[in-house]
Amino acid sequence: MRVAVPVFPGSNCDHDALHACGTVMGWDTIPVWHQETALPANTDLVFVPGGFSYGDYLRCGAIAALSPIMGDIKRHAENGGLVFGVCNGFQILCEAHLLPGALLRNDTLRFIHKWVHLRVERNSLPFTSSLKAGQVICVPMAHAEGNYTLDEGGLADLEARNGVAFRYCDAAGAVGEDHTPNGAANAIAGITNLRGNVLGMMPHPERAVEAAMGGLDGLPIFQSLAAAFTKA
Amino acid sequence: MKVRVLVSLKSGILDPQGKAVEQGLHGFDFQVDHVRIGRLIEMDLPAASAEDAKAQAQAMCDKLLVNPVMEKAVIEVLG
Repeated sequence: MRVAVPVFPGSNCDHDALHACGTVMGWDTIPVWHQETALPANTDLVFVPGGFSYGDYLRCGAIAALSPIMGDIKRHAENGGLVFGVCNGFQILCEAHLLPGALLRNDTLRFIHKWVHLRVERNSLPFTSSLKAGQVICVPMAHAEGNYTLDEGGLADLEARNGVAFRYCDAAGAVGEDHTPNGAANAIAGITNLRGNVLGMMPHPERAVEAAMGGLDGLPIFQSLAAAFTKA
Repeated sequence: MKVRVLVSLKSGILDPQGKAVEQGLHGFDFQVDHVRIGRLIEMDLPAASAEDAKAQAQAMCDKLLVNPVMEKAVIEVLG
């Protein structure tokens, strides 16, 4: 399995992604500078990492979405290839129109970094097949702009097509405003596109894949991806 | 030609920055409400007419300057 990790000026979770995919999972994992115009041949998964690409100038992810490498990432997605965006990666995928919606400043006005509970809303995805629907996982979040928003019609469409993959919740799996740290609409922490091959989420499963990291709840997402490629 | 683009959040979209500034103003006992913060973008561009300048700026808004999910823009040609 070959993974490409695009690196933008200001990416700072690229090494987390490289470690999780390369060291922990043992996949052939290649960092790709944003000025490149093509992904490595036979790329199976593109992991768009977190960080502060272009210093978050204009809007988070807006300038990275126009980087030369994004053309090939879009082609990869259009061909059914898997694209996984975490944190700033999620923001970039929204700005690149690979996913609907946008991420606003947290309603608390603060950068929030803590471990959060997420309820798995959909496990029929190559990213979530090793999880159970309704299962609660605990992974770190670390962002100031994770307040997911979409117009009312778009949000209804997203829900109707079962496009929400993860929602913020409490330890027991209860969803509500009190358990949504950033004000995200419908407690949305992660979504997928119509085809189910592009997933974006604000929390960081790649930071919960070894006991030394304080938790292993991110691992099933990577195991799901491994299973998807064994099947393919 | 000088063009000014005023980008602001759509009504109904939460503006945490505006909220924080509003709280700050309340701290100075100013009686204010609904403080909203936008972004002002000024630029010089080669254009034959004001209409041309406006059309170019609109294309820039569509392509990069504005995210229509949360923002709207007003374009002003300053001449």
